[in-house]
Amino acid sequence: MSEEQKQNNQTEEQYSLNDDRRVKVLSPGALVVKRFFRNRLAVLGLIMLIVMFAFSFIGGIVTPYGQAEQFYTTTYLDKEYVGVARNDDLRYAVADGQEFGTILQAQFLLAYGKGEDSFDWKGDSYKVTEEGPDLYSISLEDGTMLAIAYKDIVNAEDGMEEPSFEVKYGALKAYVNGEDAFEADGEDYSVDEDGNISQGDTVVGYISRFVVAPKENGVTITRDFKERLEEALATDTKEFVYTDEDGQESTYTISYDASAEVWSVQQETATYVYDTYARPSLKHPLGTDNNGMDMLVRLMYGGRVSLVIGFIVVAIETVIGVILGGISGYFGKWVDNLIMRIVDIFYCIPSMPIIIILGAAMDNLRVDPQIRMLYLMLILGFLGWPGIARLVRGQILSLREQEFMTATEACGIRVSRRIFRHLIPNVIPQLIVTCTMGLGSTIITEATLSFLGLGVKFPFASWGNIISDVNNSYVMTTFWYVWIPAGICLLITVLGFNFVGDGLRDAFDPKMKR
Amino acid sequence: MRNYIVKRILFSIFILFFVTLIIYTLIRCLPTSYVETMAIQLSSKPGSKSYTEWLEQLNASYGLDRPILVGYVSWLKDFAQGNFGDSWRFTVPVIQEFKSVIGVSFVMGAISLILELVIAIPLGIVAATKQYSKSDYIISASALVGISLPTFFFATILKLVFSVKLGWFDTHGIVGRNYAQLDAMGQFLDKCSHLVLPIVTLTIVSVGSLMRYTRTNMLEVLNADYIRTARAKGLSEGKVIYRHAFRNTLIPLVTIVGGSLPGLFSGALITETLFSIPGIGFVSYQAMVAGDIPFTMFYLSFIAVLTLAGNLISDILYAVVDPRVRIA
Repeated sequence: MSEEQKQNNQTEEQYSLNDDRRVKVLSPGALVVKRFFRNRLAVLGLIMLIVMFAFSFIGGIVTPYGQAEQFYTTTYLDKEYVGVARNDDLRYAVADGQEFGTILQAQFLLAYGKGEDSFDWKGDSYKVTEEGPDLYSISLEDGTMLAIAYKDIVNAEDGMEEPSFEVKYGALKAYVNGEDAFEADGEDYSVDEDGNISQGDTVVGYISRFVVAPKENGVTITRDFKERLEEALATDTKEFVYTDEDGQESTYTISYDASAEVWSVQQETATYVYDTYARPSLKHPLGTDNNGMDMLVRLMYGGRVSLVIGFIVVAIETVIGVILGGISGYFGKWVDNLIMRIVDIFYCIPSMPIIIILGAAMDNLRVDPQIRMLYLMLILGFLGWPGIARLVRGQILSLREQEFMTATEACGIRVSRRIFRHLIPNVIPQLIVTCTMGLGSTIITEATLSFLGLGVKFPFASWGNIISDVNNSYVMTTFWYVWIPAGICLLITVLGFNFVGDGLRDAFDPKMKR
Repeated sequence: MRNYIVKRILFSIFILFFVTLIIYTLIRCLPTSYVETMAIQLSSKPGSKSYTEWLEQLNASYGLDRPILVGYVSWLKDFAQGNFGDSWRFTVPVIQEFKSVIGVSFVMGAISLILELVIAIPLGIVAATKQYSKSDYIISASALVGISLPTFFFATILKLVFSVKLGWFDTHGIVGRNYAQLDAMGQFLDKCSHLVLPIVTLTIVSVGSLMRYTRTNMLEVLNADYIRTARAKGLSEGKVIYRHAFRNTLIPLVTIVGGSLPGLFSGALITETLFSIPGIGFVSYQAMVAGDIPFTMFYLSFIAVLTLAGNLISDILYAVVDPRVRIA
């Protein structure tokens, strides 16, 4: 180009009389470039390609995330924590050294139901005394205390011993009758309105109507939590926050099941999971896929894979095609015949089914994804060369008869030099066009295979295997951001190659008027 | 002419021989997943023989214990006699399965070919006659878009828009849920409606190349001397284009369309698979993935035969429609 300009300058110096005499001389290459840039579609294609290359190769470097980096998120799950029931059944506490079996309990219930104050069983007579609301004591005729029946429940304070029968009896009696002190086992106790039983200054237990049962093994319910819960139940709140002893704060939701008359308390627990199919956000502009990987980064790396595979495959095709086509076209005769028959055979082999079969076989052999990618390129390249070989041969057949080839022969130039220095360069324009278009179709083939799950495999991304997520119809309908961008990238890239290829074809054509 | 055809057919048989040999060798060299899977299944049954014993027995019964060349010769013998064996995957004779699925593929292929011709030829001619105009740019660009569209992506978009969002068509299959309750007409319409999206997909992704081909040929013809002569005679532009140029454009078109006729039977592997249309493509895909050797061999040889037939037809047509071409 610079030489061109120098020549131009020289010519200008020689002839530059005035401006209208000045003739602008362009080399064939410059003419091609000029024609190419006049073609709006070709320029558009070039821009598309530059954008996609930048996206794939520079984008992968710039982005802070890795290709297979998985992201996590915390989801909140409501887990059944405890069930709370208001106790409406009579419960029994048996005095020390006495017996009050189930049969007697049943007899008592009968008497209780009828409102009688005594019942007989096996010749013995039992006396029922109503000590207060929902508190009964059962004693023998002679006044020996057998048991008490109650609805309010006496619980031991956390870490304290279970209160004795006497204490229970005394506490309940005092509590239901609204008294604030009682004496049991020769000691003084006090009961407050909340049902706290204390001996001196230490709280030994508490009285409550609610039964709190953990829904899961290994859950111990503290007094503190119970009170918090009762408070919530009393004020009819649906939700409360409680911080347990370990300082972990959780939200609890209360729901009431009217038919079973049970409150169930659900604890909201945080679980750390893969952030799958996250909606697009600032952190992940295109969301995440089903492995919790960032979609945008996967797209960039997928682009790399698709483009690199495209280039390598086309390079393999071109090398084999040019060598065989060149030999065939130059030598003719039986060499040409042999190579062209091979080309015919390859042309006839249905490539897509063969690649699918090989892909399925590699699935069976569990080939490592990286080696698999290599095989894929080799197979695609090996099946694609006949077209280029035919093109090169055809061109060379016609070029061979031209005068400049006779001249090379007359000069005694080596055969290989004649083929590769003088014939092949003349084929290059067509070759470039075919290769550019071939890049597009190779990328589509690779994407199709990856889409079918027979090409590039996880953990490597390729635009095809990103789209293959739509095989799950829920993903197809709900998570458009997972597969549509990949398809658009694919379309833009292939379209870019086709536009540029088409533009080059026109630009290389010397018959072009523009 | 007859000599030429006979020569070409003999030559095609020669190529077919090598193609099938290569395919057979390839398939035999691969791990025959089908037999292995069968052996695993059978050996896992209680009180059964061991895996290796089953494998040996199955290999023997499927003729896989023979050397490849011997196997190929016996396969070729059967193939030449029209005996294609039984499909392993579908457990029916290959030819029976083939007959039951080829119809759909052919209908799909034929309709989309007609649509392609109807769309591509007029648009290609318009683009060529108004070269570098806005309509030329639009047509050329959309042809390239059609070529660049990956089938699977386009089909998925169609499914999303027309099946999921609008609910006009089903996403999969050839018959609807209530197919059995419909009368004959209803059944026919049901099948038709299931074929709409696949045919649209097929047409759109392949119409582009035909359009470009038409345009290129028309441009070539329009630059020819006889067109200049026709214009010089003072013929109207319409007459020049539709009587003189168009007829000459038809020559390469006829050869290419003629050559693609056998291809109507080859099915559309990707499109049929995407829409689960039980045509030859989808069925073969299933067979290939399952490692069903008899069906795969049949399908691949069938495709090879179709390709050869297409080449032969287009070469013959070229000589028939263009008197300038002489066949040596």
